[in-house]
Amino acid sequence: MNIFIIGGKREVYFLVKSFTSKGYQLTIINQDVEFCKKMSRQFKITVVNGDGSKPFILDEAGIAYADMVIALTDSDPDNLVICQIAEKIYGIKKTFAIVSDPENIKIFMQLGVETVISTSYIISSIIEQRAIVDDIKNLTHIGEGNVALMEVDVTNDNPVIGKRIHEIHFPEQAIISCIMRDGKTVIPTGKTEIMEDDHLIIISELKVQSEVLKIIKGKVD
Amino acid sequence: MSRKINEQYIIIVGCGRLGAYLANSLSERKENSVVVIDRKDTAFQRLKTSFSGFMVEADAIESEVLKNAKIQKADVLVATTNDDNTNIMIAQIAKSLFNVNHVIARLIDPSRERVYSELGIETISPTALSAIEIERLILEKGV
Repeated sequence: MNIFIIGGKREVYFLVKSFTSKGYQLTIINQDVEFCKKMSRQFKITVVNGDGSKPFILDEAGIAYADMVIALTDSDPDNLVICQIAEKIYGIKKTFAIVSDPENIKIFMQLGVETVISTSYIISSIIEQRAIVDDIKNLTHIGEGNVALMEVDVTNDNPVIGKRIHEIHFPEQAIISCIMRDGKTVIPTGKTEIMEDDHLIIISELKVQSEVLKIIKGKVD
Repeated sequence: MSRKINEQYIIIVGCGRLGAYLANSLSERKENSVVVIDRKDTAFQRLKTSFSGFMVEADAIESEVLKNAKIQKADVLVATTNDDNTNIMIAQIAKSLFNVNHVIARLIDPSRERVYSELGIETISPTALSAIEIERLILEKGV
């Protein structure tokens, strides 16, 4: 696989290290001369110094042979243009961009970028969840980051103990999809009773997540 | 909302020399209503006191800003910031996401033109226009 990484700073170093160890072919394009020198000394990769949002720079770097393009510059518009040049002109299907403004995730996807990640959004949502409660385990996001999949332990002071699921008034956008009890899996119905030490596996929309936790854990600071 | 037939709602993004010049001359015509967006409020000093449109101090790559500027109702959007990629991004948002009828992007670096025409955006490159005009003058005068 031939991967192009455009822009970025420290994270490029770690990406290159990891990708070269997996045997991928790499080209990096970066505006920082010193960084380019350092990278070319340390790794057996192609390094191009220049503005990767300019078509002729991409062309000279041989983007026509790329299988995947990763745009990591700190300018959202630059990342969009890089991915679009790659996709629309060179027909590269796998394009990846980071954006600062989470609002741009949807916009970039509508404009043809395959994968879009907002680091500020990811960091802020992780911090938010940590701040809400320590009882969540194995939290992941699915459905373009709009749906949270989480594991919550039921402890002895929780108000849901002894209640049947139909008695718990969950928001419509959330469901207890599975209960882990004494090492066994219980697929809950409305009649299932919640017991102490249950591990609840919950799928919920992101916006009702804190409400769900409040219902299970009682008062949350 | 009643609009006269010839009334045009024009959004100009970037109030630099070109953006401000354009805003001034477009707002002189009574039938146009003009909104200018720029990140820096000092940029609006370039507008004449007679400028009758609206000024919005914000970063237009946030789609919220464009929505607040009522982009859904815009007939024309001109992107004239000093960054080509910002112009192309705004132009595409206007065209593809908000279906603005007429979208024009200013392009400082003519080498990007091919890309943008591929993306279906109408572009104006001052560099290319100047070169063409200079060439014409040279040829006209002869040796």
